[in-house]
Amino acid sequence: MQSLPKRCLWAGLGAVVISSNSALAAWQLDMTPGVTSISEQVFNLHRTMLWWCVAIGIVVFGAMFYSMLKHRKSKGHKAAHFHESTTVEIFWTVAPFFILILMAIPATRVLIAMSDTSDSALTIKITGSQWKWHYQYLDYQGNTDINLDYYSVLNTPREQIDRPVRAAGLFPKGAAKDSYRPDGNYPEQGENYNLEVDHPLVIPTGKKVRFLITSDDVIHAWWVPDFAIKKDAIPGFINELWANVPEDKPGIYRGQCAELCGKDHAFMPIVVDARPQAEFEKWLASAQEAQKQADIAAASSVDKTFSKDELMAEGEKAYLARCAACHQANGQGLPPTFPALAGSAIATGAAADHIAIVKNGKNAMPAFGAVLPPKELAAIITYERNAWGNKPADGVDVVQPRDVAK
Amino acid sequence: MSEHTLDHHAHDHHDDHEHHHGPAKGIKRWLFATNHKDIGAMYLWFSFTMFMLGGFMAMIIRAELMYPGLQLVDPNFFNQMTTTHGLIMVFGAVMPGFVGLANYMVPMMLGAPDMALPRLNNWSFWLLPFAFSLLIIAIIKAFLGIADAPNFGWTFYAPLSTKYGPESTDFFIFSVHMMGISSIMGAVNVIVTIFNLRAPGMTLMKMPLFVWTWLITAFLLIAVMPVLAGAVTMMLTDRHFGTSFFDAAGGGDPVLFQHVFWFFGHPEVYIMILPAFGVVSAIIPTFARKPLFGYASMVYATASIAFLSFVVWAHHMFTVGLPLAGNLFYMYMTMLIAVPTGVKVFNWVATMWRGSMTFEVPMLFAIAFVILFTIGGFSGLMLAITPVDQQYHDTYFVVAHFHYVLVTGAVFSIIAGVYYWLPKWTGRMYSEFWGKIHFWSSLLSVNLLFFPMHFVGLAGMPRRYSDYALQFADFNWWISIGGFWFGLSQLILLKILIDVCFRKKGAQATSEVWEGAEGLEWTLPSPAPYHSFTTPPLVK
Repeated sequence: MQSLPKRCLWAGLGAVVISSNSALAAWQLDMTPGVTSISEQVFNLHRTMLWWCVAIGIVVFGAMFYSMLKHRKSKGHKAAHFHESTTVEIFWTVAPFFILILMAIPATRVLIAMSDTSDSALTIKITGSQWKWHYQYLDYQGNTDINLDYYSVLNTPREQIDRPVRAAGLFPKGAAKDSYRPDGNYPEQGENYNLEVDHPLVIPTGKKVRFLITSDDVIHAWWVPDFAIKKDAIPGFINELWANVPEDKPGIYRGQCAELCGKDHAFMPIVVDARPQAEFEKWLASAQEAQKQADIAAASSVDKTFSKDELMAEGEKAYLARCAACHQANGQGLPPTFPALAGSAIATGAAADHIAIVKNGKNAMPAFGAVLPPKELAAIITYERNAWGNKPADGVDVVQPRDVAK
Repeated sequence: MSEHTLDHHAHDHHDDHEHHHGPAKGIKRWLFATNHKDIGAMYLWFSFTMFMLGGFMAMIIRAELMYPGLQLVDPNFFNQMTTTHGLIMVFGAVMPGFVGLANYMVPMMLGAPDMALPRLNNWSFWLLPFAFSLLIIAIIKAFLGIADAPNFGWTFYAPLSTKYGPESTDFFIFSVHMMGISSIMGAVNVIVTIFNLRAPGMTLMKMPLFVWTWLITAFLLIAVMPVLAGAVTMMLTDRHFGTSFFDAAGGGDPVLFQHVFWFFGHPEVYIMILPAFGVVSAIIPTFARKPLFGYASMVYATASIAFLSFVVWAHHMFTVGLPLAGNLFYMYMTMLIAVPTGVKVFNWVATMWRGSMTFEVPMLFAIAFVILFTIGGFSGLMLAITPVDQQYHDTYFVVAHFHYVLVTGAVFSIIAGVYYWLPKWTGRMYSEFWGKIHFWSSLLSVNLLFFPMHFVGLAGMPRRYSDYALQFADFNWWISIGGFWFGLSQLILLKILIDVCFRKKGAQATSEVWEGAEGLEWTLPSPAPYHSFTTPPLVK
């Protein structure tokens, strides 16, 4: 053990090193106070608890270290022989009890405030599935005929994520083998790496927004730290949450899935775009219009016949975005959970079976029938039936949207 | 009838002395072991092996998390590592470690010749290698890329573990059943031994605290291991026999799984910490040369913690959407645990207060236990507060919390106990020099490993993530460095154990071993005789 002055010296040196390290400013140490009134209350509660713990810690550890320094045999300290004291023992049983009551009062108040989901202006249903979020606008100020829903998927490019150190790819099954770069010169990861999506959830500021949360497969959890809200998405059940972003705090708020949901648990972030009411309403109108157009296009695509080249081109793009995380860009999959498609019985077998499995899913494979428009499904299936040297046994190498829509 | 049994037993015993003066030779000594020390030693070596294996998996996890992006393992394999790391550490390292200490020490502390049920003891140990073989086969297959090991987290929430679980889930279920049987038999043995084999004069309130904490732990085990067995059995029938306990599509409820699991799981965390309290309550008085402060309140506090452990389980489920009243109830009950736990910490400090302390390795680990376990207790108290827990939930803050209570808590106490009693078991002193290196190296690395996890957790990094956003990168690098350093530090412990146990190095230990040691085990010579107390000592 060191002497006391020596220890103070070390502590002092440590403080100098830490304060001179300007990079430390970027190292977030504490919870975010967030932007909503609830998140601020949660943050204050967290800080209160933290300071209570620090204060109790100083007293308890202070007594311990004092004792360790003073009451040691090497200093000739003789042991006392006391081994109980009813007064002291009652004191340190009762005193913590009262401290706990002091902690419980604000905690109860915040919890009650958080659980009040009444009087919301907007209701959005959130459905988690492996590994994406589905947002459905149900009710905006009494209007339940919004007819707007979309999926929100991570759009960080795969080449920023996959950076295997071995040519054989990621252990143990060689995933992302094709991304290997012998020079180790991988593309730089962007500022919002792993926290960006193709279609953020758009909500208005200054309005209470209620979220109804559920899941299509396993349990997920929807979490946005800046709103201090996190709830599990449970298949077959609906949970409620709410947030009210102040009018002066529009912006982009990012969150992540917080319940282990399988392989790509770390790759289904949440992005919320909070806009002033007028802008939100403008966006809502245009999004509704876009969805209407997309529905019409999807319906009319069923009547059209597309060339193999066109379907293959679209199919490759869609496959890489939707399917490659499990079945891999080279079609080798990660067996046995994620089977290979190259040379597989399904991808080279009867087209009807292939279509059925993509539309309806099987085991770990999610159902894409309701997720993607018929043309994209047809393109993906066409691509899978021709890529990697696949040759369909039934000769059906091109699948049209109308085949899928049947 | 009872007279006959007694007679028969006495006869057996007599035979023992006539024909076998020591242990059987060779492999038979271990396969057919009925001696509490042999079985205790096997438990402890088993635990240490599992600790190394689970630690190896942690190294893989930390290597992948050193930098953002996927560099080494694919996310599915990453999930298999987090899952099996947790399962092996909880069921393979910590629990058998404490059972090993109980086997070795409870008879010696009570003045008994052996455990009350030696053959049951043999069976409860020998189930473990088979139980873990099932799990390890699944892991080896995962390493070979043949099949997936369990990949749903050590809490194996449905439906990820039922409808979506890999085929090895069934291995896992059977493995858990065997572990449960083993634990229940071990617990029965401890209870029967404590109630029947105490030396004359040793009333319950004269028992060493380690015996008390194990008695209470044993009751917890008997109460909750069947609940775990129920949970995995329901999983099994959901997976294969068409039931829908945990599937809403068939009228079940995935949240039911969590209720059942945590009704087992919360008492389980006290199963892993109560014996640690007992170990530390033995060590601190010895090296403070002063009797334990507040013995009676220690016993009552342990019992209160055990009781409360049955009414707090849903604090693991504050985000599943419990009704407000449920959230409030479980928050208040959880906060209450701070009271008896605080009493314990205060008592340890009061035991040290005005003592005459020396700082041999067991004492160093015991003091580190008190401080670092208390830090884990503080984060536990913060986690009890429902509204903020909903933010901490499933982040690295929770990972930091349970590693403080399980690694610097339970594991440090097992290590402290091993250093403390090793001279009694082997008759040789370990190297104080290497012991101190092991301690300081472990202490510094373990804090570098787990303390920054509080920060990344509060900053918003969810747990069980194979990859993360860039703002968590710097801390994760340091956490990984701490992890590798802590892992390597444990090789020093391996060296010390090999030196003492196999290379027969170290000075001859006295019966007392430690200057301030009190208790029956220190009245026996070192090493302790094969049948600890053949004549019961008289306790005044």
